[in-house]
Amino acid sequence: MSGWLSALFDTLDPFCGPAGIFTWLGQGSLIACGDAGWGDEIAFGVKVTITLALATLPVGLVIGFLIALAAQSEERLLRLAAGIYTTIFRGLPELLTLFIVYYGAQILLQTVLSTFGYDGRVEINAFVAGMVALAVVFSSYSSEVLLSAFRAIPRGQYEAGDALGLRRWRTMFLIVLPQLIRIALPGLTNLWLILLKDTSYVSVIGLADIIRQTGIAARVSREAFFFYTIACLLYLVLAMISSFGLGFIERWAKRSGVSR
Amino acid sequence: MSFVKELIAPRPAPAVVARPLTAAKVAGIVVLVLWGLLAAALVMMVINGWDTAKFERYGPRYLNGLWTTISIVGISIVLGALLSLPIAFARMSKNRVLNTIAYAYVYLFRSTPLLAQLFLIYYGLGSFRAELESVGLWWFFREAWYCGLFSLTINTAAYQAEILRGAIESVPRGQHEGAAALGISKRITLRKVILPQALIVALRPYGNEVILMIKGSAVVAIVTVFDLMGETRYAFSRTFDYQTYLWAAIFYLTMVEALRHLWAFMEARLTRHLKR
Repeated sequence: MSGWLSALFDTLDPFCGPAGIFTWLGQGSLIACGDAGWGDEIAFGVKVTITLALATLPVGLVIGFLIALAAQSEERLLRLAAGIYTTIFRGLPELLTLFIVYYGAQILLQTVLSTFGYDGRVEINAFVAGMVALAVVFSSYSSEVLLSAFRAIPRGQYEAGDALGLRRWRTMFLIVLPQLIRIALPGLTNLWLILLKDTSYVSVIGLADIIRQTGIAARVSREAFFFYTIACLLYLVLAMISSFGLGFIERWAKRSGVSR
Repeated sequence: MSFVKELIAPRPAPAVVARPLTAAKVAGIVVLVLWGLLAAALVMMVINGWDTAKFERYGPRYLNGLWTTISIVGISIVLGALLSLPIAFARMSKNRVLNTIAYAYVYLFRSTPLLAQLFLIYYGLGSFRAELESVGLWWFFREAWYCGLFSLTINTAAYQAEILRGAIESVPRGQHEGAAALGISKRITLRKVILPQALIVALRPYGNEVILMIKGSAVVAIVTVFDLMGETRYAFSRTFDYQTYLWAAIFYLTMVEALRHLWAFMEARLTRHLKR
């Protein structure tokens, strides 16, 4: 069933497909596709980077939304708990958070399993560890963005929801959230671009992203400058594509806004 | 005319409204208990795993690493500030060429990861050894510390240029015009009228940038600079003791929090005259 689907993806592959840049520009050079060059390896790295960033985004947004809700609740204890979370994860370097999650989860899992009598060596997936660490960092920053967006929504909106007889969560989803997205979008755009750059850290724990793949190519071929330039260019292109796409989304979100 | 003929009879105090146990409160308590448990587990880990030999061996190294982090961040912030001046003014100039170059610089360095820039400088320029030796710059690009400093400097220069530009452009046009009407020269206007107002706007972003640099400087550990993160990785690779990361976290958190509070204090102090 997936035969024609994968064939379609192969054709549309922007790197090593029939119309890919590495196929056209990299022929016979170090970035040729296939066994001759590093084109397909680097293309794989780009896929990993994009997948990681896209997988982190929803998780980070949902956690960040919950933290923002907690941070603006009337309950003092809940505010305190949310404050601790954002203070810790905004204060730690992303690299350190990554190591703490990666090794910490491993140790935790090992301890839990050994209490159940399993003494094998546990190794957790670098992708999952990277995703969790990035989501934690992303959520602590996005909670601040969402919190300030919450504060920009007047109380009257909630009261109008009450007056219409909507339940609390329906007020939240039907009235507050659509406005919240519009207000928070510029801040979240910035955070997405930061997230895209932060994915480069996962190369340190061995995930085959852009940096790691180009790094391997650089070490084997001894053309470090060339390959790291390619890495920088790839990130640049990803950032450009994202800001183009996000500009589109921003215009879409603003289309029904009241012009003030 | 009317006046009060009798006082209101004394009444008991209003009854204390019982606070119901809401879902939010329960959630707050649960999360706080979780945080408490986590903190207790970490403290237990430190106490149980306490090893004086390790402490004596790696303690001084940590302090060394802390000093390396502080010095590399401090120097690169200052150098970056100097480098950001021409970039910011080029970005604001009406000259198309200068403007484009400055914009390209800022865009390039802000949209690629610091790690990639660092690798490009350390490994990438390292492959031009012969050329660099002939120019007499090899001593600079051979050392990981200098390369880290260099990449942090040019990275922060791009961010600081944007901060400075935004701050200067936030000063209303009327201030320029007012100074011009008083016959004050362009240079004095910038120094005495524009910059004092712009720097107050820039204060908070500068503070954020310093904090981001402290956090970002951890990447130099990957190119074998023994900063706080580098020493942590070294200690972990020798002992496989998870505590090493906890100590690094404590150091980083302390630095960032201290800086944050210092900055809040400074901002409150410097904007006294703006408060009503």
